[in-house]
Amino acid sequence: MEVAEIIETEAGAEAGDTQRMNMIQAINSALDIMMARDDAIVVMGEDVGYFGGVFRATAGLQKKFGKTRVFDTPITECGIIGVAVGMGAYGLRPVPEIQFADYIYPALDQLVSEAARLRYRSDGEFIAPLTVRSPFGGGIFGGQTHSQSPEGIFTHVSGLKTVIPSTPYDAKGLLIAAIEDNDPVIFFEPKRIYNGPFNGHWDRPAENWSKHPAGEVPSGYYRIPLGKANVVREGEAVTILAYGTMVHVCLNVVAEAGVDAEVIDLRTLVPLDIETIEQSVRKTGRCMIVHEATRTSGYGAELAALVQERCFYHLEAPIERVTGFDTPYPHSLEWAYFPGPVRIGMALKKILKD
Amino acid sequence: MVGDRSNLKPLALHVPEPRFRPGDEVDFSAVDIPAAGAAPRPDTHAAPADFTDLSYSMVRVLDDAGQAVGPWNPRLSPDRLRRMLRHMALVRAFDERMFRAQRQGKTSFYMKSLGEEAVAVAAAYALQYDDMCFPSYRQQGLLIARDWSLVDMMNQIYSNRADRLQGKQLPIMYSVREAGFFSISGNLTTQYPQAVGWAMASASKGDTRIAATWCGEGSTAEGDFHSALTFATVYRAPVIFNVVNNQWAISSFSGFAGAEATTFAARAIGYGIAGLRVDGNDALAVYAATAWAAERARTNAGPTLIEHFTYRAEGHSTSDDPSAYRSAGEPNAWPLGDPIRRLKDHLIAIGEWDEERQAAMDREVAEEVKAAQKEAEKNGILGHGLHQPLDSLFDGVFEEMPWHLAEQRQMMIDEEQASGRPWARKG
Repeated sequence: MEVAEIIETEAGAEAGDTQRMNMIQAINSALDIMMARDDAIVVMGEDVGYFGGVFRATAGLQKKFGKTRVFDTPITECGIIGVAVGMGAYGLRPVPEIQFADYIYPALDQLVSEAARLRYRSDGEFIAPLTVRSPFGGGIFGGQTHSQSPEGIFTHVSGLKTVIPSTPYDAKGLLIAAIEDNDPVIFFEPKRIYNGPFNGHWDRPAENWSKHPAGEVPSGYYRIPLGKANVVREGEAVTILAYGTMVHVCLNVVAEAGVDAEVIDLRTLVPLDIETIEQSVRKTGRCMIVHEATRTSGYGAELAALVQERCFYHLEAPIERVTGFDTPYPHSLEWAYFPGPVRIGMALKKILKD
Repeated sequence: MVGDRSNLKPLALHVPEPRFRPGDEVDFSAVDIPAAGAAPRPDTHAAPADFTDLSYSMVRVLDDAGQAVGPWNPRLSPDRLRRMLRHMALVRAFDERMFRAQRQGKTSFYMKSLGEEAVAVAAAYALQYDDMCFPSYRQQGLLIARDWSLVDMMNQIYSNRADRLQGKQLPIMYSVREAGFFSISGNLTTQYPQAVGWAMASASKGDTRIAATWCGEGSTAEGDFHSALTFATVYRAPVIFNVVNNQWAISSFSGFAGAEATTFAARAIGYGIAGLRVDGNDALAVYAATAWAAERARTNAGPTLIEHFTYRAEGHSTSDDPSAYRSAGEPNAWPLGDPIRRLKDHLIAIGEWDEERQAAMDREVAEEVKAAQKEAEKNGILGHGLHQPLDSLFDGVFEEMPWHLAEQRQMMIDEEQASGRPWARKG
């Protein structure tokens, strides 16, 4: 697999040595580096302080930066985001964690009506430079309250950016860019691939990041600009648009099927890198969209609409969407729900036949 | 196991009902109004549990004879009292003028604060100018008491070409960073946790500024209210919570926010926060309570919740007709009177004011507002062709405009051209 990256280092500075990291460590490293660079950055959330987070993403930060910059919060997501908005108005740059994306709904009003609207409604007098980190997605037997992919709720909101990394390397570079962004960013972390890429075969041994090229992460500062997709596999037969966990599942399906697909990791859903998508679909003439989230009004619907608006006369087959089902995320039947290799493989066959 | 319940009466659901509806004779004698001067004034570092009775009684300073009495008397100089009175009168004159402007079709919406002027004006006097206010939509008195430009406020109300907010917000949803006035949302009580966050930031940075926030009694039911109080007590945030209990949330009386069972100040008790219930139509009581809470906050003794017991003497907004749901007799029968008249009576009672000066002041503030309106209307009124530049619609969604917004902006410009009706254009 070829990893074509855009690295923006500071003028005159090096990204430094690299080291092996899983996605948690990469996120931790991004937070660590940014907190050291800018004392306006605060990390807050349920269990993120002394304990370092239920997924350990904030481990060691409180000890290093103190309790007023890294602190546990009461269990109220509405309060966490509301407080973060107020801190942003003061001049801080909060990085709140919502322990699971499934818990973000009590914060919806503060995100949609406040953080996302503050710059607009005050004509820039107040801004909400928040980066809301939250583990999302399934594949860990989390049941319906620890598995959801609610990104489509946030891409629908004007004034919010939505970012989803798929590797440790991307997670660090994108998180740094998100923290530096002066607008609110929803940063969804695909928790299934915290420890290693996932090929979609739940019944095979889990992999870790130690052998993956994107598990090699610069120790220092670097950023991956928001709004730039990554062509993770170049190909001619079909364009596959994916993000998060599904990037790896798609890559594996393509490899197993021996299909010369172009796989694009969107990395940022809003703003979207439409140019890379258009270029690819014009080349391949076919487009398949894969996400784990529920199907109806999912982000795939937006992608499908954009592709047909812009590439209709280049399309040789109807656009395929492979998604989760419009049901709650089940517990025991998790792998029947998950858009795994079989579902993706069937769609691939169909789109190539047409 | 299920026991035998055949001897029990069936369950009954209680749905609150206000005492008076349209046409009813109003008698507020059942409203308990403690005597002025009766409430004790605890030390600003006292533990909240030691004065929970202040959440049920009422801090009142001005008595029926117009004298300032008791331990909460802030002993303000006559000059200061006169300035406060003038600011309250200015708020009322501003409200009257802007209400009429809406009725004349010059803007879409307005909200008066008639009868609640003391709540905002006296609080502004008790806070430092650089303390940060997170208001709800009826605290225009804060801006006016901070001597913010009336013309600027009116420009916002008219959404005209001089509106600093570029016509992006509903009238009266001001944002004035320079005067420590946070952007008003319109979604209720969202400002509460935000005020706590600002206060926590101030404390964590070793600042000396505090935050204050306001919401209505009706919106204390929002989850944000309770999230905010929890955060505030946990981190002892230097913040003042004001609940303006004006008895009505549009057409829902305070019973629908829980007033039949307890007071709003008493919400503080469960959180271990200092709670005060204050006569909201008594400017000196509002001032004294706010000053007390500000000192408490500024000396790291934690947050305070102040319930301002008052009455919304007008409709909720220009879109509301209160005669449809409450007795027309209520405003005049309100037992705590009118806040401007009460402060005026006090100044007269202490020999520092008279009816002639009051009348002259009223004329003066009316003129001031009229002149400001004339000035503001030079910049246009809503819907009369002096709109914000068309392209500004897309400004400020993000710091930098992404491609999809730029594309939609072009669609809008194409639409303008197709319509044959040019709108104002930037530059």
